[in-house]
Amino acid sequence: MKDAFGAPQSLLVLGGTSEIGLATARRLIARRTRTVWLAGRPSPALTAAADSLRALGADVRTVPFDALDTEAHEERLGKIFTEGDIDMVLLAFGVLGDQARDESDPVAAVRVAQTNYTGAVSAGLVCAGALQAQGHGSLVVLSSVAGERARRADFIYGSSKAGLDAFAQGLGDALHGTGVHVMVVRPGFVRSKMTAGLAEAPLATTPEAVAGAIELGLRRRSETVWVPGALRVVMAAVRHVPRPLFRRLPV
Amino acid sequence: MAVETHVLDDDCEAITGWGRTAPTLARVHRPRGHAEVVDSVRSSGARGTIARGLGRAAGDAAQNAGGTVLDMTGLARILSVDPAAGLVTCEAGVSLHRLMEALLPHGWFVPVSPGTRYVTVGGAIGADVHGRNHHLSGSFARHVTALRLLTADGEIRTVLPGTPLFDATAGGMGLTGVILSATLRLLPVGTSLMRVVTERARDLDDLMARLIADDHRHRYSAARIDLLARGAATGRAVLTRGDHLPYDALPRRHRARRAPLVFRPGRLPGPPPYVPGGVLGRTTVGLFNELRYRTAPRARTGGIQSLAAFFHPLDSVPHWNRIHGREGFVRYRFVVPYGREEALRTVVRRIADRGCPSFRAVLKRFGAADPGWLSFPLPGWALALDLPTGLPGLGAFLDGLDEEVAGAGGRVHLADDARVRPEVLAAMYPRVGEFRALRAALDPRSVFTSDLARRLDL
Repeated sequence: MKDAFGAPQSLLVLGGTSEIGLATARRLIARRTRTVWLAGRPSPALTAAADSLRALGADVRTVPFDALDTEAHEERLGKIFTEGDIDMVLLAFGVLGDQARDESDPVAAVRVAQTNYTGAVSAGLVCAGALQAQGHGSLVVLSSVAGERARRADFIYGSSKAGLDAFAQGLGDALHGTGVHVMVVRPGFVRSKMTAGLAEAPLATTPEAVAGAIELGLRRRSETVWVPGALRVVMAAVRHVPRPLFRRLPV
Repeated sequence: MAVETHVLDDDCEAITGWGRTAPTLARVHRPRGHAEVVDSVRSSGARGTIARGLGRAAGDAAQNAGGTVLDMTGLARILSVDPAAGLVTCEAGVSLHRLMEALLPHGWFVPVSPGTRYVTVGGAIGADVHGRNHHLSGSFARHVTALRLLTADGEIRTVLPGTPLFDATAGGMGLTGVILSATLRLLPVGTSLMRVVTERARDLDDLMARLIADDHRHRYSAARIDLLARGAATGRAVLTRGDHLPYDALPRRHRARRAPLVFRPGRLPGPPPYVPGGVLGRTTVGLFNELRYRTAPRARTGGIQSLAAFFHPLDSVPHWNRIHGREGFVRYRFVVPYGREEALRTVVRRIADRGCPSFRAVLKRFGAADPGWLSFPLPGWALALDLPTGLPGLGAFLDGLDEEVAGAGGRVHLADDARVRPEVLAAMYPRVGEFRALRAALDPRSVFTSDLARRLDL
């Protein structure tokens, strides 16, 4: 169960090797979390991630999960919930793709969309249903500012996140009043292995900062969290920049 | 396990405790008789059921995520009164407010009253509540001569004091079964007024000395501490003691001479449904505390107050819990045993140094321990504070205080708790093992469960 500050006792991370996911898990283990499920493709990285959390004193279990294999989601994820309540599900998987290559390789572009959007729709619905059945819990969805307005530089990734964001918002409304809380997290540029080698955008942030914002959002039962918080204001303005002008902005 | 967004039946509600934190969804049943309670418990699904009264527990004791919550306020009949013996038998959903309304005109008062009279008899037993007379009278269940309990097997048992089931049920947070009715021993009173003694204590040591010196002379005693006062004034407080005013002691020409037992508490308007967070911050609470301390008489005897004003000042404000805003509040109610005053001083100093704006901070001395296995009181010093959940870093800070309290052999009150770590529970409640064993034997399928039980693995 969550405590008065929204800190969960059990956590399921979809995308078990995600840096933001692990930073969040570390932060929550320091509070109340004792049980952590890491769902991801079996790999040495997943095992290492589990070991690193175990060293902090949590009871960590891994479960094979592939965002693209939507057929298996219901069975794989459903099984986790039969073993006990999950207080928080963190939907943290996603790929950035390579915009330049993906534009000329539709199959690769579709993989980005399928991972970030289709896979999340499937996994999100399965987890939302399970949370609803237990009458409590938070579904935290990692969206991105890239989904807020399509940019020339990353519109394939951005459009997949836009779809995910809209899905999560709608799901949150559908689950309003059911005891299940859906929180959309929109980080800006996060310095992580996913963005290694890319030119850093303004207001760049870190996985640890995102984790901190998630913890605060849980306590406040927020519906939308921007990281850093200033992005809420910046994007409110960016959203309304006329397209001919936006096209020419160096963003 | 597909998502069913239409699953919300009319009887499903998101429920929180009085602190308004950690809401969870449950199907609410409102039984009107014993048969309906039995039906509801028999048909409870895999996620079990828990009885709920008027929802005054600050924590998650009367929530049951995904399961059933039995709203017992419909079972509110006073079944019989025995004026010769001073006993009343009533259903569990009767509130103390209702008991006062019905019995005060006949010269009877409830034996123990917590800070609100809007609690049910069942809830008062389940949480084994205490009042300002604990140093003399013990807690609520001590005045229960018998109760009827519906257990997980569907049987209705009469449970008498002195039995293991009674001691597990008193303070057992509703996890042994549903209390259907109870017989209470009442207190005879001559008027519905209180004779009040007020004094100011300039710091914590002064306060403790005064409490030790004079507590036994009064039936009721409690001190409101100003926890925002720092330095030499740390722990300064207004101390209030009281006794029931006998009819003979009424001043001549007092209007109560004609109607000494009238009980008519007033109601003020409550706060609106939406209050922004942070209203009760350091500035407002600091000003309020200053005012309360300065306007209190340095020492006054012979004051007369109504019962409602003396015992339940906040009950006149409906929904006062909204004043803490959407994030709600955490009630930190703990006790440390006599001989470990240093732990109390440390906790008070840490709260004062941190500047926690606690609107209410009440210190009192407890008497002998109660027989309930999970009953909160033990002989020692009890302090209760309400803190807004939104204070930065409050969770970790309170965890630190828990260490201090548990290390000194103290504990926090389960009915008010919404945050204690399961790891420190056994240190706080040494008999929790027995409680778990009895529950496992009595209710192997965990028909009775709650968010509190899941969180702390009770």
